[in-house]
Amino acid sequence: MIDHGKVEIKLEKVEVAFGRGTVDEHLVLRGIDLEVKKGQRISVIGSNGAGKTTLLNAIAGTVPICAGKIFIGGVDRAAEREWMRARYVGRVRQDPLAGTAGGMSVLDNLALAARKGARRFVPSMTPKLRRELVARVAELGMGLENRLKENVNRLSGGQRQALTLLMAAISKPSVLLLDEHIAALDPRNADIVSALTKRFVSEYDLTSITVTHDMKRALDEGDRLVMMHEGRIIVDLEGAQKADLDVGKLVALFGAARGAAFVQDDALLR
Amino acid sequence: MIEGILLEGLIYGIMALGVFMAFRILDFPDLTAEGAFPFGASVGGALIAAGTPAPLALLAGFGAGALAGCATSAIHHGLHVPALLAGIVTITGLYSIDLRVLGGRANLPLIARNPVMRAAESWLGSSFNTSWASFLAFALITLVILAILDLFFHSEVGVALGALGNNESSVVAAGVNPVRLRTFGIAVGNGLAGLSGALAASYQGFADVNFGQGVIAAGLASVMLGELLIRSNRIGVLLFRVILGSLLFRAIMYAGRSWGYLAGITPNDLKLMTAVLVVVALALTRWKDRLTTMGPRRGRSAS
Repeated sequence: MIDHGKVEIKLEKVEVAFGRGTVDEHLVLRGIDLEVKKGQRISVIGSNGAGKTTLLNAIAGTVPICAGKIFIGGVDRAAEREWMRARYVGRVRQDPLAGTAGGMSVLDNLALAARKGARRFVPSMTPKLRRELVARVAELGMGLENRLKENVNRLSGGQRQALTLLMAAISKPSVLLLDEHIAALDPRNADIVSALTKRFVSEYDLTSITVTHDMKRALDEGDRLVMMHEGRIIVDLEGAQKADLDVGKLVALFGAARGAAFVQDDALLR
Repeated sequence: MIEGILLEGLIYGIMALGVFMAFRILDFPDLTAEGAFPFGASVGGALIAAGTPAPLALLAGFGAGALAGCATSAIHHGLHVPALLAGIVTITGLYSIDLRVLGGRANLPLIARNPVMRAAESWLGSSFNTSWASFLAFALITLVILAILDLFFHSEVGVALGALGNNESSVVAAGVNPVRLRTFGIAVGNGLAGLSGALAASYQGFADVNFGQGVIAAGLASVMLGELLIRSNRIGVLLFRVILGSLLFRAIMYAGRSWGYLAGITPNDLKLMTAVLVVVALALTRWKDRLTTMGPRRGRSAS
């Protein structure tokens, strides 16, 4: 949509293997090349085991890569630990419990996110920050502004996921990674969180990579569509090509690309 | 006698704050206090005996405990040794170090020179009852520690520390090194145990390598008794109730010692009493959780 031209994320021949050096060694990412421009919103689809989550894990630094480079904001950060990269990478996972500290208040969780990377012995909350956070949390439209001092583990899954999303957004990351973040929610909450995601991404001008199993959402949302299969990117469409797609065409494309990948790779091995 | 209970409750309450930090805030089963407590007592005692000013000696007791905590954290994080085992390794090693610090002895009397107790007994003037004066002195020290901890838990680091025990990935997502943060938390917790040991040495009039025996169980019992008394998710209240729990624990122990004979309890049975107390407190807390709809007991929050 918005083409700022500037490259925010760039992956070069990224490989990830599980069980390295054992007989069970398994290449989960087999040389991923991906260039994401600033402000771009990418949807990633693919069957189970295609390497979608591992792709996000590799960008976030949750799993180490065994080959390749990962540029975030122009710097190769492949060697940086997950907590170091967290300053540039925001993330919302499928599990609503994963992103927040359940035994702490809504306000404390927000303070933690607003002061990303800060480890100082200064008050975590100031009246100014508090006003700002209260305004932000009110925008969620979930009534959380009246439950600021309640522990997060008393919120519903939808509320927790919305809060996690807000926390990721206010920390102003270079890239927002969304890993099936609405898959565990009921349809109504899924729609609410999905709408919030859309809003935050444009409001905070975020670059986003969304993993989803929902082909319809993948088509409707985002301005680029990436399909993965067995650790490779097999389809990468944007602009008019993407606008032309519907679910039926997508499934056909998936089948065709899969077949091609099969011929290329697995057939040769036999 | 009542002053004795109160004083012991306050002194060991400071150690219980350390146990609270490890077990409740960090969710880290750290046994190091059992070694940090006598280490703080040995270092503090030896320094006082050598003529070091009392505040400095107490501070050194804190530092000694913090160092013990760092050792446990290094063993745990560096070698991936389970937390419990890492603590036991530290405790074992510290025993020999304590003997060295005490000059090759297992016990160092502080009768001739005990500036902490002298100051505590006389700070309100000579007309004031000495045992109540020292109770007030220790109450003041405890309140200062509580205030510092409360302020700390409202700081950026403090909030991150609270989140760490809850959900490590939320701390990682906040761009904080979880290993460094946990090490810091363990160091502070055991520093409190060390300070408590140094104060206990002054109070008892001697430092002893066996000071640490049963300290962890006593600390846990105090924490759990406190949880029975008050419910809250405010950190200041959570800290304060640890001290209340410690006072209650000492009172129960005192009752066991003084009137236990009526039920056939001898001083030999006090450790068993401690263990039973921990179990009963746990059972009661579970039972209370089921009865009320207040939500999880282990909530904690800075604001």
